[in-house]
This record gives sequence, C-alpha cells and structure tokens, in this order.
Amino acid sequence: MKGRVLVVDDDLALAEMLGIVLRNEGLEVTHVAEGNSAVAAFRDSRPDLVLLDVMLPGIDGLEVCRRIRAESGVPIVMLTAKTDTVDVVVGLESGADDYVVKPFKPQELIARVRARLRRGDEPEPERLTIGDLTIDVAGHSVKRAGQPLNLTPLEFDLLVALARKPWQVFTREVLLEQVWGYRHAGDTRLVNVHVQRLRSKVETDPERPEIVVTVRGVGYKAGPA
Amino acid sequence: MPAGPPGAPGTQPTLAGHVHHLRRAIVDVAERADAVVGVGARRLHRAWRQSLQLRVVSTTVLLASLVVGLLGAYLYNEVSQGLVEQKITSSQYEARNLTREAQDRWDSSASRTVGELNIVAGDIMQGLKPSDPAPTRYVVMARSVDNTSPTVLGTIESGSVGLSAIRAELKAAVAAHPKQQQTQVSEVIIGGERVPAVMIGSQVQASSAGPYDLYFIYPLQAEQATMVFIQNAFLVAGLILAVLVGAVAWVVTRQVVTPVRRAAAVAQRLSSGKLNERMASHGEDDLARLATSFNEMADSLQTQIRQLEGLSRVQQRFVSDVSHELRTPLTTIRMAVDLIHSERGAFEPSVARSAELLQGELDRFESLLADLLEISRFDAGAAALDVESVDLRTTLTKVVEAARPLAERRQCEVHLDLPSRPCEAEADERRVERILRNLVVNAIEHSEGRPVLATVRCDADAVAVVVEDHGVGLRAGEASMVFNRFWRADPARARTTGGTGLGLAIALEDARLHNGWLQAWGRPGAGARFRLSLPRRTGASLVRSPLPLDPDEDDA
Repeated sequence: MKGRVLVVDDDLALAEMLGIVLRNEGLEVTHVAEGNSAVAAFRDSRPDLVLLDVMLPGIDGLEVCRRIRAESGVPIVMLTAKTDTVDVVVGLESGADDYVVKPFKPQELIARVRARLRRGDEPEPERLTIGDLTIDVAGHSVKRAGQPLNLTPLEFDLLVALARKPWQVFTREVLLEQVWGYRHAGDTRLVNVHVQRLRSKVETDPERPEIVVTVRGVGYKAGPA
Repeated sequence: MPAGPPGAPGTQPTLAGHVHHLRRAIVDVAERADAVVGVGARRLHRAWRQSLQLRVVSTTVLLASLVVGLLGAYLYNEVSQGLVEQKITSSQYEARNLTREAQDRWDSSASRTVGELNIVAGDIMQGLKPSDPAPTRYVVMARSVDNTSPTVLGTIESGSVGLSAIRAELKAAVAAHPKQQQTQVSEVIIGGERVPAVMIGSQVQASSAGPYDLYFIYPLQAEQATMVFIQNAFLVAGLILAVLVGAVAWVVTRQVVTPVRRAAAVAQRLSSGKLNERMASHGEDDLARLATSFNEMADSLQTQIRQLEGLSRVQQRFVSDVSHELRTPLTTIRMAVDLIHSERGAFEPSVARSAELLQGELDRFESLLADLLEISRFDAGAAALDVESVDLRTTLTKVVEAARPLAERRQCEVHLDLPSRPCEAEADERRVERILRNLVVNAIEHSEGRPVLATVRCDADAVAVVVEDHGVGLRAGEASMVFNRFWRADPARARTTGGTGLGLAIALEDARLHNGWLQAWGRPGAGARFRLSLPRRTGASLVRSPLPLDPDEDDA
C-alpha cells in the first residue's frame, strides 16, 4: 500500500505510534500537532488521506475537517473518543468519510485507511446514467445537463455503487461493505449521513429525493434511470 | 283540602293542608331535578368532582333553600293558625250577639199561627242576613232534632250555602248542649270552589214552634286569599333569597377559588418544566400567604433542580472527559502492545508469554472501561434513543451469526425460531443488538455444550425475544440478581468467561430506555431463559409480552 497520510493529533505518543504502525504498512506519514497549522500542513503535503483527531488545541477537529473539505475531497478518517450519536453525526456532517473510535486496534485502523486508499486502482471506463445525471466512472465526474457536480470520492463511490444496479435495493450493511469496506458490521449512521450529504449535492430538491430513494425498512436504491 | 277534625266543641283547626301542598310542590321540583340529573348525570358528576366552586355554591343554595323552606313553612303555619283562630273568635262573638238578638225578637213576638210565625222567622232572618252583596256570613234556621212541637216552620237559608253544608256532628252537638254555642271548621262549596268555613250553631226558642237551630257559616274566603298571597310571597322571597345566597356564595368562593385555580395552573406549568412561573401575590391575606409560600416553594424547587441539572451536567462532562483522557493513552498502549504481540516469535519464551498476557488483559481492560463508561452515561441520564424501524428477526440473526465462532469453540449449537412475518418495532438498533448480543453470548457461555434456542415473536403491541440455554440454570432468587452490576453466579467458581460483569446491567438499562422489559427465569439444572420485550411504538408501555418467561406457563 502506498500513499501519504497526514496525521493531525495533539497527543505526541499516539501520533508517534500511529506513525510507526502506518510506516510499517509502507505509508508516508506527516504529523501536525495542532488545528491551527493543520490546513497549512495539508496544503503543503497534499496527502492521500487525513487522520484527524476530533479534540485538538486551537481550532478543533470538526472545524479543520470542514476547512479541508472546503478545498478538497480527500478522504478524511476521524479519530474520536466519543460514541454518542450526536458526536458521531456531527463529526460525519463536518465532512469526514469514516471514523474510528479510540481505543482501536492497529488492524482496524489499517483496514479503514486501506479501504479509503484502495480506490487508487484504475477503474475500467464506464458510463452510467441515473435520473438526469451522467456518471463517468473512470473520469470521476458526475454531470447534470453538462454541468459537473462536485462530489467527494466517497460520495462518488456511493453514487456509483447505487447507479450500477438501479434495480437493486441496497441495505445499509451492503453499502457499508461495498463503499466503506467494512467486512463486519459497521455503523449504519455512516450511510445515513453520507446519503444526506450526497442528496444535498445531486438532488434538485433534497426534501423529495429522486436520485437516491429511501426504501423504508430496507435501505436505499437509485431512482428511475 | 281535607276537613278539620270533626265538630267537637271548640275544635282547633289547622291548615296543615297548605303545608302539605307546599311540601308536595318541593318534592315535585326535587323529582324533576332528579330527572335532569339522570339525563346529564355523567357530565354533572364530572363537573361536581372538578369544580370546588360548583360544589360550594350548590351546597349553599341547597342548605339555604332548606332553611328558608322550613322557616317559611313554620311562619306560614303560625300565620294561618292565627288567622283561623282570630276568625273563629270574631265569628263566635258575632254569632252570639246575633243569636241573642234573634232570641229577643222571638221572645217579643206574639204570633201564634204557623203563617204568622213563618213571617216572623222570615223577618228575623232578614235581620240576621248581612247586607253586602258578597256575603261574609250565611245564616240557616232549621228545626232542631229534638223539637216535638206540632207547629213546624220552614227551614230558612240566607244564601247559597244552606242546611246541606251543616254536618250531622254539629247538629247533634247543638241538640246535646242547647245552651251552648257549638263551633266546627268544615268545608263548604261556594261558586263551585271548596272553601273552609267556620260554622257556629246554637238554639233559639221560636215561641210556640219550639227550639230551632240557628247556624252561622263564615267562609274563610278572605283568609284563604290572604294565605295564598302569603304563600306566593314566601315562595318568591325564598327563591330570591336562595338565588341571592347562591350568588353570594359564588362571589365569595370565586375570591378563594380563583387564586387556588391560578396556583393550580402555575403548578401545572411548573411541573411541565417552566421553572420561572410564579404566582402574583398582593396584600397580606391568607391567599397572599398561599402565593408567597407557593413562590418560595417554587424558588427552592428551581434552585434544587438547577443544582441537580448542574450536577448531572458536571457528571456527564466528567464521563466525557474521563472517556477522552483515558482512551487516547489506551490507544497508544493498544497499538504498542499489538506491535509487540505480533513480534513475539522473536522473543524469549517468558517475554513472549508476557506479551500474550499483556494483550489479553488489555482486551479485558478495554471492554471494562467501555462498559463502565456506558453505565455512567446511563447514570448521568445522558443515554438517548436513536429510533428507527427494526425487524427483530434480522437483528437476532445478525447477532447469532456473529456469535457462531464462539459457539463453535464452546461446541454449542444455536437454533433460531423465527416467525415468517417481520417483527418490527421502533427501536434503537444499536442498543437492541447490544442487548441480544449479551443474551446470546451469555447463553452460549453457560450452555455447557447443550443447544441454545433463540425465539422471536410479536403481536399487535409488542415484540419479544427469548434466549434460553440448558446449562446449570439459576437458583431461586438469582433471576433478579443477574442484572446487578458485577454480580457473579458463584463467587467461588473460577472466572472462565471473559465478561465484564456489567453486560446484563447495561442490557437492562438499554431495555428500560425503550420502555421495555428484560427478565430472567431459571431453575437449577434446567437452564435459564432471558426475555426481552419491547413495545412496537416508542413511548407506548408494555402490558404483556408475546412470549412466556416461564416455559411451563402458556401465557406471559
């Protein structure tokens, strides 16, 4: 596995340990200890993935997440000590793709990082349509009437997963496996929050979604092509 | 109207009849009121229970009417008796004078023949007859019962009321005591109306014609009209008085009830969480004191609630801080230990074993910390439901699949008994899954290799899951203790399972958060059953569970 990871964490011991574990996996690791310099460090190092602690001195992790997300779709994995729904949902809504709860096992972290970096493999040229959207899978672009929509890689993957099989209803668990790479049960709130984010970008009226439709009690499916 | 007592001399008449009428009227009104109550009984009953004012006003009006009624009846009785007595006295006096006058004229008459005597009698009677057109008295002259004279004079009547109105008792009494005046109160019919009348009888000697009875009939028409007038006046006055008393009671109770109602409304708002609500308090009377003490109570409640809220916030904050502060170093340790553990092949055997122990205990420590934090979140009231529609069959299947590796290690078969239709409930799937995982893992760990059965059932209001094993079971009294924190079935037994001792306590809290039940049943040697019952809709409360807790019972 190759790639650059930016670790934003104020706990030096943990940051160093993260560095050891990630470098063992062949990743390049840059570390920054506080929120204020995190965005600058992000611009400097142009990482393929950001590991971001929620609690940071200076600007907190959520704000850092928002600022990075404002200028890039780079995968962001949050490190959090809180498991309450509100905390998790707020973290995800600030733009994080995934999160790991402390204390985590190294394999767990690596699995999450790997899942987010895996998309480096070149997909085959493929063109999909869903509703009035055109998706160029290889070119990583979604267009409505020729106008490109700005999706993060995760949102793009989510949309592609649904659009490839518009006849199929996806349960949250299946989406967690296909899009987030969870082998075992993951947190279905991830799916809920990201479907909301995706809808806010691709739906003409997010209140009455037509592209990503909820199937009550089951999950989601792509709207009529 | 019934007649007075029969004509014993000087009989005292009563107008009990009038009172009877009055009573009858009151009873009628009461009966009609009963009917009205019967129609709107439920509504009235509710209003009666709910409104202090209505109760006070109606009780006051009722009591006032009773008092006014009794007083009116007594006064009426007194007045009517007085009137009748007065009438009797004046009538007797007048009758005596007229009788003497008649006797004098008979005595001074020298007529002998029947024709002459009849003329004299007619003259005398003309003198006795009242001159006014609406006669205040009627006079009758009739031959006495014991008259033996051969000369028979005709009976003379002064008006429409004649001899037929005179009762036999009075005639007999006059005959028995010819020297005395006899009085009786009886009824006569004047112009088709029955009117009480005073009848006075005495004897005169009609010269050679012998003794003749002279009767004076004084109808009580004027007195009766007065009594009717008085009765009406009493009724009207009583009604007005009752209404007035009712109005007064209404005004007075309003003064008291209004502040009480205001206090109730304020208390209601207070209890619904608006802690800043206070009562207005003016003056220094009892109601002002009520308002003041009420406000003081609200103040002190508010302070205490604020303090408790503050404490709860501090507690939640503390839990959150501890959580974060502990978890970060623990993550570092976790990663370091895993790194060391994965390299243990290169170590000396004792160091390698130490690395294994370190990792195993770290797992235990982690789950203990996680459970402790979860429990303190419940204790701080910080746990919240994240509700969605959950099919318990899916959740249970997922949990059982995840527990397969453990079941295989324990050589225990896990069977599922699921209905064909979905068993959906509004629940927090993460918590329900945690409860079920706890029950299934517990059952497998205590199964001693015997099969474990997990059943799902639902009805219109509730869903239930029963997980049962056939292991050592629970002794009497242990079924409720299993949910205690850090409780162990047998302290002497070596710890073989990896549980933290908090799993069931957390599961119970999770179930309570759903308004659900989590119950245990067990018998030594027969195994244990754990039943989770949840209402299908959030906020609803459970009445019964679709599955029995005790396997010998058919019903829950």
